[in-house]
Order: sequence, then C-alpha cells, then structure tokens
Amino acid sequence: MILPAAVLLITFLLIPIGLTLGLAFTDARLISPRPAQFIGVDNFTRLFSDDTFWKSLRNTVLFAIVIVPVQSACALGLALLVNVKMRGVNFFRTIYFLPVVTSMVVVSMLWLFLYQKNGLINQVLAKGGITGPDWLGDPHTALIAIILMSAWQAMGFHMVIWLSGLQTISGDLYEAASLDGASQWQQFRYVTWPGLRQTRTFILITITIAAFSLFTQVNIMTQGGPLDSTSTVVLMAVRTGFQQQQTGYASAISLVFFVLVLIVTIIQRYYTREKA
Amino acid sequence: MKLNPTKRLAVGLLAAALPLSLAACAKGGSSSAGGAGGELTMWTHNAGNKDELASITQIVNDYNKSQTKYKVKIQAFPQDSYNQSVVAAAASKKLPCILDIDGPNVPNWAWAGYLAPLEGMDATLSKFLPSVIGKYNGKTYSFGYYDVALVNVTRKSTLDKYGIRVPTIDQPWTKDEFTAALKKIKASGAFQNPLDIATSFTGEWWPYAYSPMLQSFGGDLINRTDYKSADGALNSDKAVEWAKWFRSLVTDGLAPLKSGADPAKDFVNGKTAILYNGTWTATDTRKAFGKDTLFLPPADLGNGPKIGGGSWQWGVSTNCADPKGAMDYMKFAAQDKYVASVSSATKNIPATDAAATQVPGYGPGGDNQVFRDYAKKYAVLRPITPGYPFIATEFTKTAQDILNGADPKGALDQAVKDIDANQKSNGYFK
Repeated sequence: MILPAAVLLITFLLIPIGLTLGLAFTDARLISPRPAQFIGVDNFTRLFSDDTFWKSLRNTVLFAIVIVPVQSACALGLALLVNVKMRGVNFFRTIYFLPVVTSMVVVSMLWLFLYQKNGLINQVLAKGGITGPDWLGDPHTALIAIILMSAWQAMGFHMVIWLSGLQTISGDLYEAASLDGASQWQQFRYVTWPGLRQTRTFILITITIAAFSLFTQVNIMTQGGPLDSTSTVVLMAVRTGFQQQQTGYASAISLVFFVLVLIVTIIQRYYTREKA
Repeated sequence: MKLNPTKRLAVGLLAAALPLSLAACAKGGSSSAGGAGGELTMWTHNAGNKDELASITQIVNDYNKSQTKYKVKIQAFPQDSYNQSVVAAAASKKLPCILDIDGPNVPNWAWAGYLAPLEGMDATLSKFLPSVIGKYNGKTYSFGYYDVALVNVTRKSTLDKYGIRVPTIDQPWTKDEFTAALKKIKASGAFQNPLDIATSFTGEWWPYAYSPMLQSFGGDLINRTDYKSADGALNSDKAVEWAKWFRSLVTDGLAPLKSGADPAKDFVNGKTAILYNGTWTATDTRKAFGKDTLFLPPADLGNGPKIGGGSWQWGVSTNCADPKGAMDYMKFAAQDKYVASVSSATKNIPATDAAATQVPGYGPGGDNQVFRDYAKKYAVLRPITPGYPFIATEFTKTAQDILNGADPKGALDQAVKDIDANQKSNGYFK
C-alpha cells in the first residue's frame, strides 16, 4: 500500500532535498568538465553579502505579508456572497473560479497588456482624470501590481475552500442565534468565524507557501526588474541555476528558501494548533 | 480538512527543489537523442520562425534524398527555451547529433565537452565570414549561414527635414552629432520616440545590441588579453561614461524606457524617427518607405562604431552515436546554395561571397551590400570565453538596472565583482 507513495516521495522529494543539501556546499556547475569541489560555506557567505538576495528576500516577505490577508479576506468575502440560496448563484461561483483554471502564464500575459502605460487600466484611470503610472516599469508600483494580479488570480480557489467551510456550519446554529436576537454581524462573529477554524488554518498555510514560491508571474512580467523591485528568492534560484549555470550557488539559495518556509510553517503550525 | 504536517511541507519542499526537479523533467522529456540506426537527430531554435525553419527543412530533405545511409530528423524548439533545453539535455547526456547554437555560447559548450570539433571542413569554411565561425582554443566547432549587422534605420526625408547630415561608413555620426540630431528631432515634437533601441527584446539581445555601444565608448565586457577579469574594462571610466549616456537617452526623453512589442512596426507607423535594430528589419521597412529608407552605421561614440558579430551557428555534439554521419551532413549543408537560401529566408547577411551573389540585394552594387560592409568593418565578437553565458546575463541585468536609474558606477562594479567571482570559481576556464 505504502510502496508507490514511498517511491514517489523518495524520488521526487527526499533525493532532491538531499542533493540540494549536498550541492549547496560545493561549487558544482550545470555545464563544466571540472568536477565539483567542496567549498564549505562559501556559497552562503557570498549569498548573504549579495544585495540582490536581500532585496529578493524583502520582496518575497512583503509579497507574503500583503497577499495573505488581502487574498484570504477577499476570498472570504466572495464566499459569503455566493453562499446564499438564490437563483443563478452557480453562475457567479463559476465566474469567480475562472481565473484559477486559467494558466498563470496566460493570466500574466494578459495582465502585461492591462498594465501597459497606455493599457486598459490606465485608460480607465484617465477617464477619471488620473494619469496612471507605468505599472510594471516603475520600481514603486511593480510589486504592488504583481500582488494585485496574483490575488485576483488565486482568490477563486480559496473562495471555494471557504465555501466548503461555510457549508459545514450547521443551519441550526444560525437559527438559534437569530432566535436569541443576534444581529448579522454577531452571527458572523460568534457563529461563522469560530466555525471556520480548521478552514482558516488550511488557507493561511497554503496561501503563505504559495506566496513564498512566487515565480511565474515575475518571470513573465518583469524578470525581477526594474531595479530588483520584483525579484524573488525562487526567481533568483532559477536564474542562478539555469541561466548562470551555478548549480552549487543555486542550491544554497534553495536551501535558505527551504529553511525559511520551514520556519514560517512551524510558527504558523504552533499558533494555529488545537489547544488541548 | 486535516492534512498532516509533512504534506503541508511537501509543497514548500517541492518549490525548494525546483531546479533539480526541472532538470529531472528535461531528462525524461528527450527520449530520441543520439543517433542510432542511421537516424541523426537535429535540434533547432527555429520553432517560432517559419521562414528559417522552412529553409533548414529544405536542406534536410535534400540531404535525406541525396543518400540512403543516414536520415536526419528535425526537432524545433521555441527560441526562448532553447538554450535551457540544450543545457538540460547536455547535463543528462541526451544531446542530439546536430544542433544550432547561438554564436557566443560556442566556447562554453566546447569547453564543457559537449561539442565535437568540425573536421575536414577547413577548406570550405575558409570562404565563410570569420564572424560566423565558432572557434575555441584553435579548433573550429561551428559555422553559421549568416551574420547580422546592427544599423540605425531612418528615412532620408526625416533627416533632410531637420537638416541632419546623412552619415556614411567612412564618416559616421560622432556622439555629439548623434545626440544633437536626436534632440533636434525631439524638439520638433513630430515623433513619439526620436530613437528606439528595442528595449522590449529579451535574452541575448541585450548584450548583443548594447555591449557594442559600450565598446564604442572604449569599455568592454571583460579584459580580452587573458579573459580573466572584467575589472578595468566593464567598470572603467569609459564604461561609466557609457552607462551615464545610456541612461540619459531615457532621462532626456530621446528613447523610451520600454519599447513597444514590435519596435519595427512603431517605426513603420511613424512613431519612431530612428530605429536601432538588426538587418532583419530591412525588408519590412523598405516595403513601407522604399528608396526613402536609410540604413545608417551606428554612431561613433568615441572608439569607432561597433556592431555585434556572430549569430546562430550549427555544430555537432560529442553525444552523437554516429559522428561520421553528422559530419557528412555538416559538409553537405555547408554548400553555397544553402548559405544563400537560409540567409535570404532570414533576411540576413550571407556568410560566403559566392552565396552573396545569389541573394537579392547582396550582389555587387546591391542595396544590401552596405550591411556586409558594416559587418566586415565594425563587427566585434562577443568575448570568446566559456564564461560568456554568465557575463551575458550579468550584463543584461546591469544594463537594465542602469536604464532604470541605478547608480552607474555601483552597478558596473557589482557586475565586475560577480563576473570575476564566476571566472575564478571556474578556475579561469583553463
């Protein structure tokens, strides 16, 4: 029973992790007739003195900090909206879910046009008398532009999760609450919110992890520019490992990233644990 | 909804292991490499380029018909992912027999032992333009059908209107003349962009198009005496001067920070006065403006005009099970008529004199002869060192940062530091 899963886990999880761990301390290269050599913590000293790394880390953390509350709150709002018994509600559920089933590459290409200096967004802003910035070309707006677009794309998925959570809450509870004279807000605060406990934990952790591995949008829309304002840790790892062929150094970046995600997950796990 | 902690971690771990898992995917993806049973696999970057792919397919079909021993099979890739596919295939020893390579990458792949030297072709290849031959350590590894020249495309009527001198190959614009011309055009307000240097192109375009400007100022990507360090070349005073000038194109409103998706179209539509681009735009711009179109040499920014030399080239991999067959094909494919057909399909400069007479415009006195003259007179090869792919990505990032307003000296110093560290960690590619 456990064999297929174990084989897959070992091949695609444990071996790569082991390799990353080992390669991070060598100067291995993607293309080279020279054998890899053990160089101790050189990769890490180099990494920690690299401005681009700190900027990438800052962007990654900033992205996560903004997108976790924004995306989960918007998704919850949508879920509450579509959690009503009304004709045509499935239509809206489908509409909100559409961006999720569209490939991120396609979505990014699309938003690339929307965000252009004379693109749709700025045209709409111009109608209201506002001169829009060059969204992706300006270091001040590039990251926020990517955050908004990412939140929009992934929102539908978490809406469905929230929705499933909402539907596990028994209708009796709401009935009892309204008999006690609880207002809409009180019902949400004291019935809905506690009832979503498990769902909340799941959503928090999945959004955080997805946020940390931000790559596709950035790779297509800005390649980390302008002035590293959208560079992320994963983008840096891929760029270093493939384009610059420094397998060892890229492994070191991946390892740091791994530890980062591990720490964040442990912290979240601790705070959302079931108190016995 | 309960997930155990290991599964939650799995997502993060997978992301962390991305580089490795990607390599593993590429490994599984190419099953038909090598060259067993008389079948020679060929890879090309031309999937998105209909005309060039058609001309290569024609050569392969001719070759397959000309003999019965070998059969060449083409696999075309989109250009954007081509280099990565090859590198991944190389890392897992799944390279095809015959492949095309962007010229400046040849030393890297030759040094890594992925390319086999071309043997017995010296006589044939001596007739090719030197800039289309890929050499490393005295051996020839590749040849190309064409080279490209970088030109400033504009209209004679535009220059006449603003009283700007038409530069020639012997008397190109000086830096001051060039800047003055752009400012004059800008002052008229008739064009959205006085100059468009096609910053919307990605990848190898950046070092290909903008490092010649750096060299024209007197800087370079690396010291070419021993190819050990970039210190004093990429961060010299001349290089800083280049960076300031490069940035000033944007801050003075002479060139857009980011060009449109198709800069040639913007030129044809009258948005742009002067377009900096490769010879491949000649056909379309001429179609639009006829005899009014001018293809000017790049400006002399202090150290003479420079243009990048070397384009896509063909080579044979060491992974080939039947090197004799691959070499046989290479000899067949190096005929003048194929040089002519591929270069006319790509609208570029044919690599041999004999082919030039067969390509429209490249015969004696032809309209395109000027491109060959530019290529012969101004071409600078990108540094011939296995460290080039690294230098290229570093330069691209630095140039982008500079254009976006990074401190010129600081950005260039950082690039030098990174390049030197890479050269050193590779034992200077000895």
